[in-house]
Amino acid sequence: MAEVEESSKPLFAGLSDISISEDIPVEGDISVPVGSQSADNDFSTLDEPVKDTILRDLKAVGQKFVHVMYPKKSSALLRDWDLWGPLLLCVTLALMLQGGSVDSEEDGRPQFAEVFVIIWFGSVIITLNTKLLGGTISFFQSLCVLGYCILPLTVAMIVCRIVLVGGSGLVSFVVRLIVVTASFSWSTFASTAFLADSQPPNRKALVVYPVFLFYFVIGWMILTFSPSH
Amino acid sequence: MSASQGSRSTSTEPWGSFENNIIMQGSGSAVIDMENMDDTSGSSFEDMGEMHQRMKEEEEVTAEAAAAEEEDSGEDGDFLGVKGLKGQLGRQVADEVWQAGKRQASKAFNLYANIDILRPYFDVEPIQVRNRLIESLIPVRMINFPQKVAGELYGPMMLVFTMVAILLHGMKTSGTVIREGTLMGTAIGTCFGYWLGVSSFIYFLAYLCNAQITMLQMLSLLGYGLFGHCTVLFITYNVHFHSLFYILWLVIGGLSTLRMVAVLISRTVGPSPRLILCGTLAALHMLFLLYLHFAYHKMVEGILDTLEGPNIPPIQRVARDVPIVANAVVNATIKSIAAVVQSQ
Repeated sequence: MAEVEESSKPLFAGLSDISISEDIPVEGDISVPVGSQSADNDFSTLDEPVKDTILRDLKAVGQKFVHVMYPKKSSALLRDWDLWGPLLLCVTLALMLQGGSVDSEEDGRPQFAEVFVIIWFGSVIITLNTKLLGGTISFFQSLCVLGYCILPLTVAMIVCRIVLVGGSGLVSFVVRLIVVTASFSWSTFASTAFLADSQPPNRKALVVYPVFLFYFVIGWMILTFSPSH
Repeated sequence: MSASQGSRSTSTEPWGSFENNIIMQGSGSAVIDMENMDDTSGSSFEDMGEMHQRMKEEEEVTAEAAAAEEEDSGEDGDFLGVKGLKGQLGRQVADEVWQAGKRQASKAFNLYANIDILRPYFDVEPIQVRNRLIESLIPVRMINFPQKVAGELYGPMMLVFTMVAILLHGMKTSGTVIREGTLMGTAIGTCFGYWLGVSSFIYFLAYLCNAQITMLQMLSLLGYGLFGHCTVLFITYNVHFHSLFYILWLVIGGLSTLRMVAVLISRTVGPSPRLILCGTLAALHMLFLLYLHFAYHKMVEGILDTLEGPNIPPIQRVARDVPIVANAVVNATIKSIAAVVQSQ
């Protein structure tokens, strides 16, 4: 094994010479576990009760929600990215946008699959665009950030649903418009606070525009949602 | 047998353990390393080239080792019967599985690396994009020597996505009902289909007419030509005046078409190739705007509503999935029938 490590040095030595941004600890991941070396260290969580695992993951997700709602320049979202939060938010939003009745005349309401696909493929396209423009963020980190920043829009959806219970006149429309506009700008601002840091400074506008369009489309879907009853 | 096995294992040991561990590391950590590389450097292009090179070398090494092993296993199987075969078989199967996995990882890696092929086309500054957007509405004067066409894809892609968003808005406000399919799918299909399909078609015609334009330039040209469409649709989906639409269609649609046509003329020689190419492009571009406006428009429903009468056969009220030509024909015939009936 020692020979392997040594003979692996010339292969992987170059990677550690690349300029690393300070707040992303790369060292821990470059030394990839060979065989059963780290089985005891990293995977000792296999023996804990399921409740502990779930609670820990939920706590991590909750912490990231807090980071989204009060976006300040922290790298926590980027460092421990996970896709549970985006999945949760995406499913919630898609379920709420579905409305329920299957064979109504107004088929213009987005269906579950439509919303799901829009969110995930939209995120993938924005990520690809960010990378093609020379960003230093990784694929899954970007997906994580974009997914978590849907949280304000989900909150707006809940508020809109509540407002619609009261009635669907002009006043409710104006209220919904304000709420959706506020939350969609909050989403855009929150995600740019994370994404734009990884861009060269004069190209931020090029990255922000697709994000704006993405959240605009989601916000528009929320705004034009009308329940079937 | 044991000697040959031993020899094989020892002969592959300086290779085998080396390559197994490192390559397993490589294929296992291909995912991890890519992320780390992305985290660390903006010049991940060179890193990926390095990884690619390394993977190629490893592939050659494994090809050699596999060839060596195949020779050995063939001999052993023939010579020793069942016992030798089982050991061989197990190892060979494991080898096959591992190589298949590695091949898949390499394929995925190559796919990832292929994105870098597009990277130079996204190398733009915001000010350049803004200038090109404005220039797309200004026809050039000089058609005697080839006009420069920027070969970038960021602007066109963003314009196509913007048009998808505007189209969605138009479809929703006009109460369009899509029977088989979804609103989003139709919008995306229409916009991307137009951009990619018409670009390819015009590129094919340009190839036939000996015009000097590459596919990338054609995509870029048509993409920026959609800027005019976006503005017209944005205005007229919200302000419903027919005359306003016709004026905007002629002015803005016309300007954007003229620009594309002028660029193409400057790159084509001979009057009839020019006529064919530019006539086709102008027709398609203007008709597309016309189609987009009328396909998702409230007034169509209004016309159908005013044709109530006892002698009129029942018409489909929700007429969105009927193509526009059939719709117009139906309207015209019903109007004439109504006129005839009322004159009697």
